[in-house]
Amino acid sequence: MLAFILRRAALVIPTFIGVTLLAFALIHLIPGDPVENLSGERGMDPARRARLLHEFGLDRPLPVQYAEYIGNVLHGDLGTSLTTHEPVLQEFVTLFPATVELAFFAMLFAVTLGLPAGILAALRRNTPADYAVMGASLTGYSMPIFWWALLLILFFSVQLGWTPVSGRIAVEFDVPAATGFMLLDTLKLGDWAALRSALSHLILPSIALGTIPLAVIARMTRSAMLEVLREDYVRTARAKGLPPRRVILVHALRNALIPVITVIGLQVGLLLSGAILTETIFSWPGVGNWLVHGVQSRDYPVVQGGILLVATIVISVNLIVDLLYGVVNPRIRHG
Amino acid sequence: MALLEIESLRVEFGSEAAPLIAVDGVDLTLEAGEVVGCVGESGSGKSVTALAAMGLVEFPGRVQAKRLAFGGRDLRALGDAERRSLVGKDMTMIFQDPLASLNPCFTVAFQLMEALRVHGTEEERASARRRRARAIELLRQVEIPDPEARLAAFPHQLSGGMAQRVMIAMAIACKPQLLIADEPTTALDVTVQAQVLALLLRLQREQGMALLLITHDLAVVAETARRVIVMYAGQVVETGPVPEIFEAPRHPYTQALLAALPEHNRDRERLKAIPGVVPGQRDRPRGCLLHPRCDYTVARCRDERPALLSASGRQARCHFPLDAAGLPTGGWRASDRLAREAGESGA
Amino acid sequence: MADPIAEAPDGLPAARSLRADEGLLREFWLAYAQSRGALAGLGLIVALLLLALFAGLIAPHPPNEQYRQFTLAPPMWEAGGTSKFVLGTDPVGRDMLSRLIYGTRLSLLIGFISVVLSLSLGVVLGTIAGYARGITETVIMRLMDVMLALPSLLLAIAVVAILGPGLINAMYAIAIVLLPHYVRLTRAAVIGEAGKEYVQSSRIAGAGALRLMFNAILPNCSAPLIVQATLGFSNAILDAAALGFLGLGAQPPTPEWGSMLAGALEFIQRAPWVVTFPGLAILITVLAFNLMGDGLRDALDPKLKR
Repeated sequence: MLAFILRRAALVIPTFIGVTLLAFALIHLIPGDPVENLSGERGMDPARRARLLHEFGLDRPLPVQYAEYIGNVLHGDLGTSLTTHEPVLQEFVTLFPATVELAFFAMLFAVTLGLPAGILAALRRNTPADYAVMGASLTGYSMPIFWWALLLILFFSVQLGWTPVSGRIAVEFDVPAATGFMLLDTLKLGDWAALRSALSHLILPSIALGTIPLAVIARMTRSAMLEVLREDYVRTARAKGLPPRRVILVHALRNALIPVITVIGLQVGLLLSGAILTETIFSWPGVGNWLVHGVQSRDYPVVQGGILLVATIVISVNLIVDLLYGVVNPRIRHG
Repeated sequence: MALLEIESLRVEFGSEAAPLIAVDGVDLTLEAGEVVGCVGESGSGKSVTALAAMGLVEFPGRVQAKRLAFGGRDLRALGDAERRSLVGKDMTMIFQDPLASLNPCFTVAFQLMEALRVHGTEEERASARRRRARAIELLRQVEIPDPEARLAAFPHQLSGGMAQRVMIAMAIACKPQLLIADEPTTALDVTVQAQVLALLLRLQREQGMALLLITHDLAVVAETARRVIVMYAGQVVETGPVPEIFEAPRHPYTQALLAALPEHNRDRERLKAIPGVVPGQRDRPRGCLLHPRCDYTVARCRDERPALLSASGRQARCHFPLDAAGLPTGGWRASDRLAREAGESGA
Repeated sequence: MADPIAEAPDGLPAARSLRADEGLLREFWLAYAQSRGALAGLGLIVALLLLALFAGLIAPHPPNEQYRQFTLAPPMWEAGGTSKFVLGTDPVGRDMLSRLIYGTRLSLLIGFISVVLSLSLGVVLGTIAGYARGITETVIMRLMDVMLALPSLLLAIAVVAILGPGLINAMYAIAIVLLPHYVRLTRAAVIGEAGKEYVQSSRIAGAGALRLMFNAILPNCSAPLIVQATLGFSNAILDAAALGFLGLGAQPPTPEWGSMLAGALEFIQRAPWVVTFPGLAILITVLAFNLMGDGLRDALDPKLKR
């Protein structure tokens, strides 16, 4: 088992190195003067420019620059934001929990609704229930997220007034950021009103973000279940006189989950893409919003650092999913 | 009262207008403790008959029967829960491909103990330790070496023979009255086949259970069964005791099956095969189902479907059953033989 | 029924007879037409193509003409709407319907160019990787892995950060985002085919690498590529809309559907039609391509092995 883990982890390293190269190269690929781009200053006098050039290490050969960059990264120095003048890594760490919280609830929504929907569609194949689930799925992943979010706001916030429009919590609450996860922080505070406010702010963004994963999971579950239900071992389970619920939820689902888990894991990349758009609409103070503002305001250290960090997270999650797959599918473990 | 009584079983698939008839009016009875072989080509309906008895025919298959009873109880009148207390406990089945028939995600222990948890004795249902002990006992009974170690194995870590033994262990776990074995050795290596068959027979003797052995291999049946049922295209065409049915078959199909065995072809260059193919969905003959392929077909065979006629403990579905010399009786004349239909020359 | 396929001396098909191809096409169409969804998708796409081609004739107004007296006019069927602006107007008085119709042209163009760019480059890279193996393959595939490590929108944003905002740059960005999928697909298909006997024997008979690639291997990979290209279209349109929405794609006053939604949040209460219609247009178009892609996949399925 350990050998399996190490093998999989080793495969990831070249990709990670590639990502660092990409992030490093970003500054040099952006049109314009790298010194200006990195410092945010325009029209400097030559002496200052030369000094900054040396300070940023831009006068050294590229491989050396890369080595220095890696060195800095490993020490946690990813540059400083041009707009806020805070260290990029620190800003990321402060904002990331908000994105994680959102992504987590989006995924929770997607799995809680998607798995049963897919199972139902498989069991009631070619009936109206099946067509309804598949039709809804198809519509779900054909929609632009930001439009769906706007529609949800239009309906639930504007017309029905049930949910708030933006932010993580109502402005009147001042919750000290202990963990960064609003729900946990309000719990820690013991403030029930604040907790409720935080929850109500989570609902629409989670639904908006989770809709595409929901559609994909429902589809995948349905097709995996349909295949599994035809297998011999399901027939054996029935021949053993097991109750139908057990046959489906234990014997069939367990095998159908194998491809579904992979799909769930791969949704993480999609979730981060979607988070960028969702956070923009809901003014959610997370990493997505931060990155967009970084690009729009040409805050290149933020863009560079953000890309490196996000890619690292995606790679790590994919690795974990890979390992989880090995746990769930015994054949891979011993292969 | 017979253990298993099937009367006029009919199983159809596909559309109601143009159905695929898998089982066409089959009667089958099995006494307690009997070993019966069921022989036929693929498509003869033998497996589907067994599945229908077990209640495993899924939608869109449609099952009808005049009588379908186990131990005197009408299987069709049972509710789902009642049927499930019978299936897997008193009436069990093992299948052709043991590696595909075991769930790849669960260990041998899990799958064995599951059967015990649902159908076992009160003790077994209550105590996991008891179930585990019984599981080891069962593995030993099916001659698996080092049973404790095998419990933690996953199906893909087992050989075909081993997997089939596990399947057998699962089937006999609750001391069933009937074990249906659907081509249990077909997917196994030749060397293992004999071992598994011997195991099945030994267990049958020890536990006194009835064994319905479904196979296309006559040789297997000749060595194991007391009585044989021969099926063709969804119908029973002959029944009779071993060895009489092989020494003097009454139905031309049985005769042809025997003639195709390698043992009976030692003096020929090519095996004598049965020309033609089993009728499919659309070309089910009006008269006798075998007539396009039979050597003795006359006009009556083409026009009239024969009934299953009984004579001295044997049955044959033929207008002109064969005598001890292998020639058709009942007024059959070689000169009445019909020319074989175009396009059906033999292999 | 089909003519035998003429064989060249190295055993590869010299040219495919027309009759054989016609028969295949008919078979394929019959399979495709079995799904009502697939037919609906195709119908929608044809309708959209017509809209795009004849936008000048169909649209009631020029897309960028601002009618100052009619800013934020509601759609025809609501109070305050006029038949002059069937779907209402936007915050600077431009006709929604006309903008949406011209937007069709843009979206289809974006989809087409991005996919064609990406597909061409992807097939070439994938074939090289699958055929050459060794270090070339490793380098190409690792590069693709890196690209896949970034969430697609983030990658697109990074490219746009480098190239600058704009519709053309957005197309390049989207093409880059789609690229790894085609490379992977082609490489896998090429590796699968290259191992087969007919390729080996042709190689022994003296067929050159290029000839092998184009005559033998590629035709057999075409089915999954066609399906992915169609689905790539829908992704391209969604990504283009996202970039437009973020202000990084099409710039005002270009009537691109996504950019029409940028900054629409503030009008959500006063003028919900500004929000609803552009998104609906995106949904319908993407849905059409997804339906067609699914239909293609189902119809080509048994022939995926061809």
